[in-house]
Formats: sequence, structure tokens, C-alpha cells
Amino acid sequence: MIRQFWIAYLTITRKEIMRFTRIWVQTIIPPVVMVALYFVIFGNLIGQRIGEMDGMTYVDFIMPGLVMMSIITNSYTNVVSSFYGAKYSRHIEEMQIAPVPDLVILLGFVSGGMVRGISVGIAVTLVSLLFTDFSIYNPFVVLLVALLTSCLFALAGLINAIFANSFDDITIIPTFVLTPLTYLGGIFYSIKLLPEFWQQVSLGNPILYMVNSFRYGFRGISDIDLSTAIAVILFFIVVLFATCLTLLARGTGIRQ
Amino acid sequence: MFALEIENLHKTYASGLEALKGIDLHVEQGDFFALLGPNGAGKSTCIGIISGLVNKTRGSVSIFGHSIDREFIVAKSLLGSVPQEFNFNTFEPVEEIVINQAGFYGVPARIARQETEHYLKQLGLWQHRRSQARRLSGGMKRRLMIARALIHKPRLLILDEPTAGVDIELRRTMWDFLDQINGQGTTIILTTHYLEEAERMCRNVAIIDDGEIIQNTSMKLLLKQLNSETFVLYLRDDLAQVPRLQRLDNIVQLDHHSIEVEVPDSCSINDLIHELDAQGIVVERLRNKVNRLEELFVKLTSKPDNSSAA
Repeated sequence: MIRQFWIAYLTITRKEIMRFTRIWVQTIIPPVVMVALYFVIFGNLIGQRIGEMDGMTYVDFIMPGLVMMSIITNSYTNVVSSFYGAKYSRHIEEMQIAPVPDLVILLGFVSGGMVRGISVGIAVTLVSLLFTDFSIYNPFVVLLVALLTSCLFALAGLINAIFANSFDDITIIPTFVLTPLTYLGGIFYSIKLLPEFWQQVSLGNPILYMVNSFRYGFRGISDIDLSTAIAVILFFIVVLFATCLTLLARGTGIRQ
Repeated sequence: MFALEIENLHKTYASGLEALKGIDLHVEQGDFFALLGPNGAGKSTCIGIISGLVNKTRGSVSIFGHSIDREFIVAKSLLGSVPQEFNFNTFEPVEEIVINQAGFYGVPARIARQETEHYLKQLGLWQHRRSQARRLSGGMKRRLMIARALIHKPRLLILDEPTAGVDIELRRTMWDFLDQINGQGTTIILTTHYLEEAERMCRNVAIIDDGEIIQNTSMKLLLKQLNSETFVLYLRDDLAQVPRLQRLDNIVQLDHHSIEVEVPDSCSINDLIHELDAQGIVVERLRNKVNRLEELFVKLTSKPDNSSAA
């Protein structure tokens, strides 16, 4: 039985990876181009006038955040578009009629989202080498935070897809929630620059914890305590994971 | 043990529509079984529940004795399903769709590839294996869904209108194929609007109407209920008026050269021809107006016309 589920898991994961690699021009290239533009404009052109931030050049400061932004966006987008697409064209039924437990479906889709998020993250990191020197303060933290964050946003994407009833529904959350939170999550600035009140408000933004812990992994500096950041990410993963499993078991959005 | 056992199955949708009103159904192992009914009768809801695509309101469903609630892993492993609507990723290559489906059932990749080749060849799709599914014709897409449903060697196969939109030649090829896999021991449940197909293929039949099973018997016994048949007669000469026949009063003139006659069991075709012959009417050819099962089906499921009563 375990072997049967393992094969099913590998099949879903492979199918997900094939899906985004088949359309790599739409899935891998655009985020890389976009982040390259961020490096050129904010890192080089404007960044040189900004000067140092937290004791490093501005381009070095924003680099981890830009990589993290790519991981977040792509993990989320991959799952939300793939799962909703499967609902829309009804090929989700291929898994529903088969003896595949909800947990396996969940892990398969999330793994696919994580692979895309990490793949784009690696591609963006390689592009960043054109603008910054490659240095990692703590590779273990970089890897851990990248994996946990991609997992968290893949889960969030799955919940969005489960509730979505139209293609509009899968763009509303990324546009009006995810993007503002990401931009206000400390990618481009240290929250120490903010007035005390807005510093406290910023602490309510979960993306701040991911960006800062990731920056710690690369540069060894962070506005947030590392263990607190990891605990916050793990907390959200547990909550979203449980929510996803409950929704799949109920058949929300996929079974009448 | 039955291949499929349904007890007191109810389904009420969130909209309040009661699609199934407590149906009971038993399908023997090895049977070729027709599940018939007009549009909206509850066939697809019933199949959806068996396949795990629709949540039931109450009742029980077992596949080869395994409950779809308590032993869903085993129950689903024994079931293959070909739905009415195309439900595959049309951007995926044909071969990949079938191999992936095998993977969902836990079939190892090497065996999945061998079986995929076998079924795609058998269903005439091997040369299209690398094409995206959206490039296939309607008939090929139907065959792809059959190959996909068979890839894990199910013991019960449910086909929801598998020949819809398929040309006659291909339909006959599919009939032969289904006959063959039924002969090898696979129990088949078929829903179709081509009643000729059901009559030709199926040994037992259930008719569902308005969420209830109104007939559940063998095809032979069901057809015996048909106490009259309607024939279309093509006449040699022009007909001035509808002929009056002694034992037949349900005669309709279609045009100058043809009439439609409902012939009860008590009257033979010979009687009919003799009576017409005695009136100097020569019948050149005759045919059943519709297939026998279709005639019975319409009688069993037709509703009183309320519009004219208003």
C-alpha cells in the first residue's frame, strides 16, 4: 500500500514538474527577466544613490529579498494555476477516481509548487551574480527557509485554487494580498527605517519573517530573531496544511 | 458477491434537487449491464457517487463487496470509469495521460509503459501517442478515455455514453472491443442514449427515471413487456386515404406512399399484410419505426403532457 501511494505521489509530482517545464517560457523566464530589471533599476541605477543599508551596498541588501519574492510568487502561482486548471478542465477527476488519498494529492501538488519556486529561486540567484558577489553566510538557513517558504505558499495557493470558481479568483489574492505583503515585507528596506508604529504593524506581515530569515542566511543580518522567524513560518505551514487536508477531505470545490 | 451493490442511495444537491431517491441496484460479476434513463434522470449522479466524484447524501455502495466509504482504496482499485465528458489535460501527450493514470493506481513505470503500449495499439491510438490530446478527433478522445480506464485492469468498468459522437464504423469496433473485455471477465456497466447499442450488448438492464429505478430486469424480460411495435410501411401506389383495418386502429399516414402502423402482439405481420392486400394495397417494404428497446423506453419514461391540459 505504501509503495502504491509512493508511486502515486511521484506521478503527481512528476506531472506537475512536467507541466511547468513544458511551458518554461511562461513560467521560468518572466520572473528571471523581472528580477533582472529590479537589479538594474533598484540595485544599480537608484541603489548607487541610496548608498549603504545595514552596512552593505543596496544591491547586496535587496538580493535575498528578490530571490525570496520569486520563490513566494512562483510556488503560489504554480499550485493555484495548476490545481484550478485541473478543476476547470476536470482532469482533477483522474486523481479523484483513483485510489489516491487526499494527503498524497496534497503532497504531490505542494511538491510541484516547491520545485518551481526553488527552480526559479536558483535561476534568479544565478542572475544576481551579474550584479552582486556571491556569498552565503549560512547555507543551511538559506536552504531551510527557501524550502519552508515555498512549502507555505504552495499550500496557500492550493487553498486559493480549492475555493476559486473562475480565473479571476486565482488572480485576486496574488494581486491584492500577496504582492502588497511582499513589497511591504522588507525586501527593499529595513524596518528599522520605519517609525515605531509602522515597525509594529510590519511585524504582522508574515512575509517579513521569511525575507529577513532568508537575508540572515545570505548576509548574516536580520530585523527579526531567526528562531522566531522559523517558528512563525512553521506555524503557518501547520495551519495551512491542516486546512488543505480538511478541505480536500470534504471535497470542497471538487466534489458536489 | 455482486460486482456492484447499491443500497438505498440518496443524493440531494445543495440546490435542493433530489437527484437520487433511494435506489437499489445489484450487478452480477461478469455482467454486461445497461443503466438507462432520460437526461437528468440521475444516471450520471449515480456513476459520480460510485466513482468518488460526487458525495452521496446517504445509502451504501460496494464494489466486489468493498465499501466505497470504509475500504475506498480497494474499492477504487477495482473500478475503471469512462465519463461522459472529456476529463483529461488536453495539452498532455496521449501516452503521458495513460501512463500517469497508471501511476495514480500505483502501477510501476515499466509495467505502465508496457500496458499503455498494449491498450493504445489495441484501440488504434499508438501512432498518436506523442500527439497532444487536443489534436485527437472526438472518437479518438473517447478511445483514449477507454485506454486510460483500463490501464490498471479494473474488474468493473463503467462507461458513461462511450460512443457519443462516434461514427458507426468506429462504434462497431468499440462494441467488439467491449465484448472482448467482457468476455475476459470484466463486468461492464453501460449508459447510452443509443438504445440499439444497449439492446445489442447488454444482458441485464435498469431504467432510472426521476431519481428512481423503474425497471431492473434482464433485457429479454424487459423486451417481452413490449406488447406492440410500430412499423413504417412503404406502399407501391398512391394512397388516397388511411385504410381501415379490422384489428388495427392506430394507423397514421405519413405521405402518399407510406403509413405508420402500431401492431399489437395479438396480431402478426402476416395478418397486417393480408388485410392490406385484400384492399388492394401493396406493401413494397417495411421497417421498425424505432428499435424495440427504444419504443419500450419511451413508453416507460414518457411523462403526461401538461402543456395541453392547461
